Amino acid sequence: MADQEYESVVTDEMRAMIGVKGPETVNELTTTSVRMFARAVGYVDPAFYDLNAAGERGYRGLPAPPGYLGTPIYNPADSDPTFGGRRGQGFRSPYPLVLNGGTDIEYTSEQICSGDTLTSATALASLQERWSGALGVPMLIQISETTYTNQFGQVVAISRGTGISYPAAPGG
Amino acid sequence: MSDQVPDQIYFEDIEVGDNIPELVKTPTSQQLVYWAAGSGDFYQIHYDTRFAQDTGLDDIIVHGALKHAFLGELLWRFAGPEGQVKRVQCSYRGMDPAAQGKDSAQERKFTLRGSVTRKYTEGERNIVELSIEGVRGDGSVSTPGTGVVVLPSRG
Repeated sequence: MADQEYESVVTDEMRAMIGVKGPETVNELTTTSVRMFARAVGYVDPAFYDLNAAGERGYRGLPAPPGYLGTPIYNPADSDPTFGGRRGQGFRSPYPLVLNGGTDIEYTSEQICSGDTLTSATALASLQERWSGALGVPMLIQISETTYTNQFGQVVAISRGTGISYPAAPGG
Repeated sequence: MSDQVPDQIYFEDIEVGDNIPELVKTPTSQQLVYWAAGSGDFYQIHYDTRFAQDTGLDDIIVHGALKHAFLGELLWRFAGPEGQVKRVQCSYRGMDPAAQGKDSAQERKFTLRGSVTRKYTEGERNIVELSIEGVRGDGSVSTPGTGVVVLPSRG
């Protein structure tokens, strides 16, 4: 379908947020949290459950399965009950409906293990508007980039998330 | 080695175009609840049918990040005990309803598969790039992506 005319919702204020890192979050990896994540995916490799098996493979704790970058430390008194972490931080799309468009995690160190504490900070990396032929509405595509640094000061992972937000479908 | 530990494949043993061993999942509502606890994503469209339907969905759906983690497991198994997963990237091109709402065992399957697109050495690292994807029971691809692993050398 050809692009439709639509009014941009991206303001100068939103553009100014690109590249600006938000507040830091501390993410903890414990033996229990690594095991819980591994069970949730369905891993049966003993490296994720048994410290001796992990040690024999050269890990200094239970290795974090791909996708696991720790559990944020937060108090429910000031956190988002759905996704954890602090409320009201970072970029908010003017559109009410949100889809998760994709995930890209790049590992820049040899190991992320139980016992590690990763400090993360997220910046909006890009904003793009596009017409969705499938939804029949304009979409705002935001890419955010989160850098994870371990307790030794090494950047261990960079995660990029794509969020797609859009208004309610016409008549919907 | 125990069959719980993936077999080791070596850099010399693979060629561009090779398919890697598939991984088949059946993401039930129970697994989605496990995932909510393990990942900290408690969005109700993944475990509360009425909530999901109120947002216009037919049923609860599999978390995007769980599909990403499935692809991570595919690569973890391919890389073997001496290999490393260096990158897992995917796009969520469509929603995948949880398994229990589907009629047949075939429809409940979510298959992860991949193939080697490039292999090269950088310094002492043997790097393998792959095309990876999550495939629904009807054969359509909902989760295309790419991966990078480092493999050990026989040498």
